[in-house]
Amino acid sequence: MIKVLFFAQIRDQLATSELRMPSSENHNIEMLLSNLKARDSHWQTVLSKTNLLVAVNQTISNENSALQSGDEVAFFPPVTGG
Amino acid sequence: MIKVQTTDFNLQAEHDKLREKSSVGAVVTFSGLVRDINQGKEVSSLTLEHYPGMTEKSLTKIVEQAKSRWNIIDCTVIHRIGELKLSDQIVFVGIASLHRQDAFAACEFIMDYLKTEAPFWKKESTTDNESYWVDAREGDLKALNKWSK
Repeated sequence: MIKVLFFAQIRDQLATSELRMPSSENHNIEMLLSNLKARDSHWQTVLSKTNLLVAVNQTISNENSALQSGDEVAFFPPVTGG
Repeated sequence: MIKVQTTDFNLQAEHDKLREKSSVGAVVTFSGLVRDINQGKEVSSLTLEHYPGMTEKSLTKIVEQAKSRWNIIDCTVIHRIGELKLSDQIVFVGIASLHRQDAFAACEFIMDYLKTEAPFWKKESTTDNESYWVDAREGDLKALNKWSK
């Protein structure tokens, strides 16, 4: 399984902070995003934002990043700390 | 030393720790505070969220990059999370070095990268009881350009 986390606006908009996706159907971030967007039109809209960032195992990654069982993926907006 | 905490920090105590080694000739510190006006709105409080684990990893990497560029004897980064009030301290960066140039540059470098890479998010509440997530500033990204020269 792949652990998927959402933070800040993305979490609020999806009303979801965490879920699990099967690794057999999500070999990379592009596939995972496409499966998450397929849930409904709201998920499609929220996860299509151009400024959406993704981290794999707590390191910033991109759509091409490969995934395997046990990986932790996080989606979040641009950071605003400091 | 890197710390992510809900509690406040004491500038004098942090400064004293940075000057413990007798080789230290300069200490530069920065502290960021909760401001009353942001994005044109009157702010009453701020909530800071972060990504536990990635935050520490990201700050460690930024500090390591600074250490590889400048001669740093000691470095402290503290970032607060949770609910903060106006004028509360949010972030502290302190650098101890032999000479001031390294400390000034490393302090600014760490803040510039923290602002654009460390996974923290601010949610502001206004005096009208409105609350919203703060938008990232383009100026923060531009600030990174000077370090790629």
